[in-house]
Amino acid sequence: MDHPIAVSFIRLIVALPLLGAAINFIAGAWLQKTFGKRAISLIGCGVVIAAFILAVRAFIAMLAIPPENRFMLDDLWKWFDVGGLSLDIAFWLDPLSMVMTLIVTGVGGLIHIYSIGYMHDDDAYWRFFGWLNLFTFAMLVLVLGDNLWLMFVGWEGVGLCSFALIGFWYKVTANTTAGNKAFIVNRIGDLAFVIALFSLFAGLQSIGHATLVTREIARYAPLLAGVPLNLAGYQSAYPLVGFVTLLMFIGATGKSAQIPLYVWLPDAMAGPTPVSALIHAATMVTAGVYMVARLNFLFSMSPFTMEVIALVGGLTALFAATIGVAQNDIKKVLAYSTVSQLGYMFAALGVGAYAAAVFHLMTHAFFKACLFLGAGSVIHAMGGEQDMRKMGGLRHKMPVTFVTFMAATLAISGVPPFAGFMSKDEIIWQATSHGHPVVWAMLLIGAGITVFYMFRQVYMTFFGEFRGTHEQEHHVHESPPSIAYVLIALGALSVVGGFVMIPEFIGTFKPFEAFLDPVFSSEVTRRITEAGIHSHATEAAFGFVTFTIVLIGWLVSDLMYRQHKLDPARFSQMLDGVPYEWVYNKYYVDEFYNRVIIQPYMFATRALAWFDSNIIDGVVNLAASIIVFLSWLSGLFDHYVVDGLVNFASNLTLDVGGRLRRLETGSINGYLYGLLAAVMLILLVRAVARA
Amino acid sequence: MGGGITLNDFLVLSLIIFSLGLVTVLTRRNAIGILMGVELILNSANINYLAFAYYGGGKYDGQIFAIFVIMLAAAEAVIGLAVVLAIYQNFKTIDVDAAETLRG
Amino acid sequence: MSHALTLITFVPIVGMVLILALPDAMKNAFKWIAVAATIPQLLIAIHLYEHFDTTTSAVQFAEKASWMPSYHITYFMGVDGISISMVLLTALIMFISVFASFGINRAEKGYYAMLLMLDTGMMGVFVSLDFFLFYIFWEVMLLPMYFLIGIWGGPRREYAAIKFFLYTLLGSVLILLAMLALYYYGATPTFDLTELAANSSHYSIGFQRIVWLALFIGFAIKIPAFPFHTWLPDAHVEAPTAISVILAGVLLKMGTYGILRVNFAVLPAATYQLAWLFLGVIGTINIVYGAMCAMAQTDYKKLIAYSSISHMGYVMLGMAAFTTAGINGAVLQMFNHGTITAMLFILVGVIYDRAHHREINGFGGLAQQMPIYTAITGFAFFAGMGLPGMSAFISEVLVLLGAWQTHPFMVVFGAATAVLTAGYLLWTFQRIYLGPLNEKYKDFPDLSFREAFTLVPLGIIVLILGVYPHAILGLLNTSLVHLNQVVLSTSGAAVAMVR
Repeated sequence: MDHPIAVSFIRLIVALPLLGAAINFIAGAWLQKTFGKRAISLIGCGVVIAAFILAVRAFIAMLAIPPENRFMLDDLWKWFDVGGLSLDIAFWLDPLSMVMTLIVTGVGGLIHIYSIGYMHDDDAYWRFFGWLNLFTFAMLVLVLGDNLWLMFVGWEGVGLCSFALIGFWYKVTANTTAGNKAFIVNRIGDLAFVIALFSLFAGLQSIGHATLVTREIARYAPLLAGVPLNLAGYQSAYPLVGFVTLLMFIGATGKSAQIPLYVWLPDAMAGPTPVSALIHAATMVTAGVYMVARLNFLFSMSPFTMEVIALVGGLTALFAATIGVAQNDIKKVLAYSTVSQLGYMFAALGVGAYAAAVFHLMTHAFFKACLFLGAGSVIHAMGGEQDMRKMGGLRHKMPVTFVTFMAATLAISGVPPFAGFMSKDEIIWQATSHGHPVVWAMLLIGAGITVFYMFRQVYMTFFGEFRGTHEQEHHVHESPPSIAYVLIALGALSVVGGFVMIPEFIGTFKPFEAFLDPVFSSEVTRRITEAGIHSHATEAAFGFVTFTIVLIGWLVSDLMYRQHKLDPARFSQMLDGVPYEWVYNKYYVDEFYNRVIIQPYMFATRALAWFDSNIIDGVVNLAASIIVFLSWLSGLFDHYVVDGLVNFASNLTLDVGGRLRRLETGSINGYLYGLLAAVMLILLVRAVARA
Repeated sequence: MGGGITLNDFLVLSLIIFSLGLVTVLTRRNAIGILMGVELILNSANINYLAFAYYGGGKYDGQIFAIFVIMLAAAEAVIGLAVVLAIYQNFKTIDVDAAETLRG
Repeated sequence: MSHALTLITFVPIVGMVLILALPDAMKNAFKWIAVAATIPQLLIAIHLYEHFDTTTSAVQFAEKASWMPSYHITYFMGVDGISISMVLLTALIMFISVFASFGINRAEKGYYAMLLMLDTGMMGVFVSLDFFLFYIFWEVMLLPMYFLIGIWGGPRREYAAIKFFLYTLLGSVLILLAMLALYYYGATPTFDLTELAANSSHYSIGFQRIVWLALFIGFAIKIPAFPFHTWLPDAHVEAPTAISVILAGVLLKMGTYGILRVNFAVLPAATYQLAWLFLGVIGTINIVYGAMCAMAQTDYKKLIAYSSISHMGYVMLGMAAFTTAGINGAVLQMFNHGTITAMLFILVGVIYDRAHHREINGFGGLAQQMPIYTAITGFAFFAGMGLPGMSAFISEVLVLLGAWQTHPFMVVFGAATAVLTAGYLLWTFQRIYLGPLNEKYKDFPDLSFREAFTLVPLGIIVLILGVYPHAILGLLNTSLVHLNQVVLSTSGAAVAMVR
């Protein structure tokens, strides 16, 4: 790991989608008007496919390198270097990011192609591809960024694209509200993630290795063992790594829709279906799983965090699956299914089965993308209808969609030998073999429920009688080739995609795990992954139990929705319908958050604004008023006392003058007589005085 | 020099002329008359200057002063007459009692 | 180029004189003279940027001349890493805001003359290193601002202008008193800030604390820090667009700049003791309080004004950290806030020019009618939220990262506000731009070329600084590390002495 091979093609993988986004955003409207939508398709899909080809070439090149040296680095430029934190804009490829890159560009490329047909009638075609390309770019930055801050750039970048694409049809307020919700809930998780990075950096700095470059963290992480959390002099007994990983996991619950922050994902179905497939099933929501797998050397150091992750993952897997049972919106079922499947991945991470988690991430990308796109194909054919109660019997009219959807359903249900069986069975087995019976039980029940709701969906949509309007029935048709071929490709992957990691009790063919091995090779991680039971007989027995549960799930579903021998209403009426009511209303979690967090917060903001404009500004205005009052007082003093004296003096002068002016007669003779009299008087006085 | 005439005689003459001038100034309403009275007073003073000069130190100071006074009197007459003309233009009379605009 | 700083400061005055000399009737000439006066300023600023030596914390491009020797007052100008970034920002914002002023159609002569006078005042504040000179420029700035709000403002302009003027004047008085105290009780009577800083240990700690507080209140009013902030929303709401841009883009930075230049450098011991409370706690209050108040606003411009208060809180928090990352982040945040908020106020102005109101709930669906405008607004909003890849992300992260080591609990609040910020900005975006189009606005034209010209350069800078923040950080780092060292080292000694 210490001697990366310097390469310069990774930047191309990242830059191509960015280029596509830039062209679409800057010139897309013009291109679409001048050259038609074909030009946009060419650019939008071309860049992602080109990136995929580069990624495949990189993969082939990587396979030629000995496993311990499979690590390529493409260093672009210094991002910033401040206060000991020196980060580059640099991308790295190791087996884990290789797998992710292939999924993002491969599945992403297929979904881009699918979008050509799906979005064809939309005027803002260029905008859609612009955002889709930008999303691919951001996701690649997340996956390939060689340091955690760069990863965070992608992390929030995909959130932005998710926001924009959920609200793509922005004229409907509900869509944009869903977008806002997604972004804000994600930000709550990001808050925890950011604080985790702060404390991790502070911790590494305190042991003399200030860095946030992932491979360097991997090297110095063992030194953090036993380092306690230190908050500005307040030394706690809690280990730093435990704190950091716990916060990082909270960050992951935001992005990867786990309890308690999963609430945004079902709402996110407001976006166009390709978006749901790409962002909210195959790639973005797996970012949290990727992050934990990426930082496995940290997580493995904190058993408590691992336990929390396993439990939250198991709980989410079960909890979301139960909600999925009662949904009637074809996409909502898949949304809760995604939440549930992500729960499986986290449970796998939590028990230390990192490779199994990444494996499920990959197979899930295949079959869930296939399911969403199949659902999209159905919605497309039904003229925008998403309510399964108005569908039915579509298998004859849409054979390609039906067959691929069925393949993906079998995969997600864990029916051997479909892809989902390989990965899910591995996870359930690892849960028990690593000694997590509670998690195992939750996953097992979840698996049964998964089969139930998936077949419920298949039966409601593709079997039975058509229940929509006559007009819809007339309109229903198989989707165009760009959609059909993508479905076939993903359906095929759902069938065969699992053969890279076969359960041990069947065979020893595990190239996928071997390929990822260098990533999970740190000492602590090894200790965790290699623990547990290694008995093929036990594994086979547990596999059989799982399969039984799956069969039961299918059987119930079949009886209820295909053969109609069991009436679902009988179950929903149980206990006065209260449990059904709760499930149907998603356990009132949204309402709870609304009451407990959002409404009090909104009230607080209004109260503060009132406080600001009435109390604080009131004090300012009061001070001003007091000063005005004081000046009024001083004005009175000025007017009556100071000015009074001045006026008195002037009045006196006027008065005296008025009296004296009578002396001025204007008669010259008079003056002269006065003059003479005065002279004589003076003479007389002098004479008398002399005498 | 004519033996009988003394300084006293000149002073008496001067006094008479002064008194004539004073009476003229005091009694006349006519501005021109008043000016003439003033002339008389000035000339009585001139007589005094010359008389004292002659009977005094024999210097020429008195004469010089007398010439100054004559010159001043001429200037004063000019200004005085100009004032009288201005009064006449404003009041259509040269009776000084008519010009009492500045009476308080 | 010698006398570059004098030139950059007084070029606008030349423009102002020219404008005053021309007859009133030449309305069109005034704006182009103003443009012509700000272009050389921008060019000089770029020249300074290119020739600035980033390896030293010493004063550069210094110009010193005796002015009033009997009072030791000098004409002393110079820039270090902190001020050069602000000089760049001022030149940039002034250039933009002249174009943003083209909509003014009343008494243009007076307007542009005042604008250029304001320019000189601001530039002077950032380049003066003599406290007395600094103070003069500080006051020079006040008067044109008063008239610009009071004459060309909105309906309550007189109230807002007077409030701004009196509030700032109150601060000025405190600064004046502090300045005189520093002069009379200094080691040698001087107004030279570098000299005052060099002899900072001469002042007793008690004296330092009092003077520090006086200066702090004076500068805090400008930032504006809680609870001295209420003049800002009023001033912003009433001021014409370009003046809001200048107010938020440059004027607010003077508060924090003053604290760095005077409080930190001249009174390091008091800074070390008082910063956690007056910069840290108040900064955190600013962040959270501003964001929460913004959420409740219904006036678009008032909302942006409160967001300004919130974002300036990060600057204060970063300064309180006393770590290299924190203080670098603080000054970078000053720059980034300048560019981003300038964009936001221009964007508010664009819609106000068309609708003649700013009621957030009175809009809706503008994205359909004005797509380019909406796109740029979205860009600016996400920049304001500190989205990674844009400039504010780097500065806010550095601030929080730096402060984490000294004030972790404040950082939690500061970081949590990122959620609140996303909340109010997205909600606003939704209410104004998204949803069904309000029929009243279906004739609104999209951005004009002039409006786009004022916005796009700022947007490009925001992006560039997001991926290459070194362009500004490189200028700052040496000076700030030095300043931080000064505070940390001398204060340690002084505190020990007192205790």
